[in-house]
Amino acid sequence: MVEFAMHNAWLVPLLPALSFLIIIFLTKPWKKLSALVCVAGMVLSCVIATLAAYGVFTNHEFTEKPLVYSVRWFSMAGLNIDVGVQLDPTSAMMMFMVTLVASLIFIYATGYMEGDPGYSVFFSYLSLFGASMLLLVVSSNLLQMFVAWELVGLCSYLLIGFYSHKISAREAAKKAFITCRVADFGLLLGLLSLQIVFGTLNLTELAEKISHFEQYTTMGILTLIALLVFAGPIGKSGQFPLHVWLPDAMEGPTPVSALIHAATMVVAGVYLVGRTLFLFHEVPTAMELVAVTGGFTALFAASIAITQREIKRILAYSTVSQIGYMMLALGLGSLTASMFHLWTHAFFKALMFLCAGSVLHALHHKADVWEMGGLIKKMPITGWTFVVGGLAIAGVPPFAGFWSKDEILLAAFDTGHYVLFGMAALTAFMTAFYMWRLIFLALFGDEKPENHPHESPLNMTLPLIALAVLSAVGGLVGTPWAPFWQEWIFFGHPHHADPNYLIMIGSVVLALAGIYLAYNLYCADKTRAKAHALAERYRFFWTVSYNKYYIDEIYLWFNHTFIDGAARLFYLFDIYVVDGVFVNGIAAITRLSGEGLRVTQTGRLQNYALVFFLGVLAVAVVLAFTDPSTAAGLTGGVK
Amino acid sequence: MIPDLSLIVPELAMAVLGLMVLIFGLIIPRGSRHGLGWFAALALLGVTGLVLAGWNNGGNLYGNLYVVDQFSQFFKITFLLAAFLVVLGSMRYVDRHLGGQSEYYSILIFATLGMMVMSSANDFMTMYLGLELMTISFIILVCFRRLEAKSLESGMKYVLLAGMSSAVLLYGLSLVYGITGTVVISEVGKILAMRAPLPLLMLGVVMLVAGLGFKISAVPFHMWSPDIYEGAPTPITAFLAVGSKAASFAILIRIFVVGMFGISLNWELLLAILAAVTIIVGNLVAIPQTNIKRLLAYSSIAQAGYILVGLVTASQDGVKGVLFYAFLYVFATVGAFTVASHFYNVTGSDEIKDYAGLAQRSPLMAAVMVVAMLSMAGIPPLAGFVGKFYLFMTIVENYLWLAFIGLIMSMVSVYYYLRVALVMYRNDPLDSTPIAVSAPVTVTLVVAMAVTLFLGIYPGPVAEVVNNAAHSFFMH
Repeated sequence: MVEFAMHNAWLVPLLPALSFLIIIFLTKPWKKLSALVCVAGMVLSCVIATLAAYGVFTNHEFTEKPLVYSVRWFSMAGLNIDVGVQLDPTSAMMMFMVTLVASLIFIYATGYMEGDPGYSVFFSYLSLFGASMLLLVVSSNLLQMFVAWELVGLCSYLLIGFYSHKISAREAAKKAFITCRVADFGLLLGLLSLQIVFGTLNLTELAEKISHFEQYTTMGILTLIALLVFAGPIGKSGQFPLHVWLPDAMEGPTPVSALIHAATMVVAGVYLVGRTLFLFHEVPTAMELVAVTGGFTALFAASIAITQREIKRILAYSTVSQIGYMMLALGLGSLTASMFHLWTHAFFKALMFLCAGSVLHALHHKADVWEMGGLIKKMPITGWTFVVGGLAIAGVPPFAGFWSKDEILLAAFDTGHYVLFGMAALTAFMTAFYMWRLIFLALFGDEKPENHPHESPLNMTLPLIALAVLSAVGGLVGTPWAPFWQEWIFFGHPHHADPNYLIMIGSVVLALAGIYLAYNLYCADKTRAKAHALAERYRFFWTVSYNKYYIDEIYLWFNHTFIDGAARLFYLFDIYVVDGVFVNGIAAITRLSGEGLRVTQTGRLQNYALVFFLGVLAVAVVLAFTDPSTAAGLTGGVK
Repeated sequence: MIPDLSLIVPELAMAVLGLMVLIFGLIIPRGSRHGLGWFAALALLGVTGLVLAGWNNGGNLYGNLYVVDQFSQFFKITFLLAAFLVVLGSMRYVDRHLGGQSEYYSILIFATLGMMVMSSANDFMTMYLGLELMTISFIILVCFRRLEAKSLESGMKYVLLAGMSSAVLLYGLSLVYGITGTVVISEVGKILAMRAPLPLLMLGVVMLVAGLGFKISAVPFHMWSPDIYEGAPTPITAFLAVGSKAASFAILIRIFVVGMFGISLNWELLLAILAAVTIIVGNLVAIPQTNIKRLLAYSSIAQAGYILVGLVTASQDGVKGVLFYAFLYVFATVGAFTVASHFYNVTGSDEIKDYAGLAQRSPLMAAVMVVAMLSMAGIPPLAGFVGKFYLFMTIVENYLWLAFIGLIMSMVSVYYYLRVALVMYRNDPLDSTPIAVSAPVTVTLVVAMAVTLFLGIYPGPVAEVVNNAAHSFFMH
């Protein structure tokens, strides 16, 4: 079984793809059946992925030498493109995590989307997304990865804009697509440069060649390539300054936010950098840039999240911030810490999004946390699982987030990046604060009389419970005393840091302080006078944070002034020169010559015979005048 | 000595099959002859299986007059698949408009046999026999709608013009024979490799180009094809566009790349110019067409120009490109023509404007038409893109101008292809009754579309096969 799963891991992306096709072409009219096909495809994938992951994590060889198998997609002189599967601990972990979380979220969605007119279509998109994401995860080749990368982008677009009757959803979908497209262009340039310089895009071959890149290229070029490649993750993973699309992406249905915009797709950027860490590792500048981008984004997004009011928006900024953590860890060279945080984050963030979805479901899409309150009494399962998620993200031991965050802090401290360490620690404090602000406002305190919440059905609460369990214990695979994770997922050599009790205690204190502050401001004080007073006293900072540093406005202004201005110029050029002279002119010439030549087609046999013999004559003349020497002269080269 | 007949089992099977269908037609009562179509189709698949089974047995027969190699076998599979699809797609048409099922299928099988002989022939005489078997069969098929003036007219035109082109071809062959003293193509190749080309030989080359140019409808020898394509029964038009053209390319390759390899510098530029003119004229004249069959006729002229590009460099890569393109061209063309013929069955019209709203009346037919046309235009991820890519890759080094012409004219072709798509998808139907698609036609359409998509996305395996076939061909 395990053997079979490992050598047929291509089935993992294929099964959801089949689900997609089946739903689109066959079962679309039957809603329940379509959902069943979608869930069944993903659960089967999950079984295979679990077996394959078991196979990888019981054989230490795979940490040194990944299992790669592929078929040739197409080839020509100097360009061979393979598609295949690369199984190593990182991809096996990712495969397992994605299929598991996706299965749970698909089940949840069967309840959440109940009654939606586009029920079947929604599940077909979900399946397509699952297939694309898993294709990305198993890729042995960067071009294949890029194809999947664009596919997940497409699915993200389709699903954000799923409620296409809402203008805001359509706008958000466009924003996500365009923002990511800008970034992907950089990535594409980077990949093309890699192909040109190193002649391959296969991960294993690239790793081998880049380790002695001096034979192929200079440091300057390699730095440029690394920066170009990094552009893609900045967009896809919502790092500053291209983070703007992610909060808007919450216009999509909540299962989509949980799956795509929290647990899986947005961390694809982290995964890509992790997969190509051999490239970044050779370029110290790029590593610094990755680390600084990550650290800054973490702090920046957290500082926005503390003043937001919409429940999913707070979670979205929190996602941006947590992905910043993962980037930071990568920039510090610690694949271990980064992937560990990716793993734990997937569980607790998916959990919190699904809880938020459950809350929205109960409150008929009233999203402002200030208008909630006391929900935990009416919705105990949603409420308490949310609390587990809150403890995990805040970093309270022994919940999952604590261990992975600790690993990142430790990596920053050990490599001597004290500024980044300080930023990360501050972010940890703010994370605990804003997340518990949300929890105290929404779940505790007084019930609002106008709300009539009710607990969600079983197919929604069961995934919540499963994810809560994973959020609670998911971090125990990588504690300093049992460093299972660290022995399997690493870059270079496994890194055994001694447990640093100072940092550990410090981070717990920060987390508890954040929670306590939130408790003081939003729970203990029923009137929330202190919170309002605080916002009033620091009015300027509050306004800037609440308006997300006006980044959207700045982009809008830039667009209106420069892009639209240039567009207006080009528009005139387009209308008069391109359309007028070139397009219409050439089209007219083409059409006229077509009409002209058509006249020769008389339908008369004699004419045809005449043309035939004239043709013979013409060929003879051409041949007579093109003996080899003139031919060479005419074509500009000799064979 | 008795020759090893095991090599020509598929050809023998085809001959037997053709006679069997004819005899069955006499035995079976008139009312129940439509089963013959299924029989013929399945038997054609069986013969394809025979060719595949003998894939690895190559060899010569009759003192090198008849060669069975992967090159010829690949072409045979192409012809057989084309015939299979055409038979499936034409059953309804034959039952409703033609009658004479047994003769129709039997002659179609003999035409296919002629093509198979052409692809294997290694001497001028055998080649000519195959060519005439194919051509005469086609003449009968073209005027099969014997009660319609248009069909008879095109049959008449085809007899006269084909006869004329055959005469010119024979002249060319006899001139080459006169110079080299042999009719065996590989021998011709050996002799010409050592000798400087005489003017008389070049005159022979001119005649060969003209005679074969007629068959592949290269400009300026193309005048016949739009008239005959329009007048012939539509499934026959499809087979004429696919089979006759591919078979003529097979002998064109064998004569020029094997026989005339030694003097390739003398004809390369000629073929390049011929390809360029064919691409330009085919695409330009397609623009003003209002009849779908004429549009497809001109588009198939342009396609022949693209295929001709692969011959220009007389290289293995070029031959590979030709084989690949000929293969994918079968599916795209048969798909498009089958839509046209089924549409004619139902509505009795071939006018493009009557295709309005086809997407609502039959989504499958509209989709197949669009996929086939976009493939011919060379839009990824469809097969035509890969095919054009292989073809044009071979000439970018020495004939960049030709590549540019191909590129620009591909752009032009998108215009007239998309015009049809526009009519089908955006215009409202005049008559919105849905068009039912019968089972055999559905099979043809789905196969055509699936292969066109598959070859575009994953060309690897077929590219491998054609590469080997082209290689086996260069070992002569």
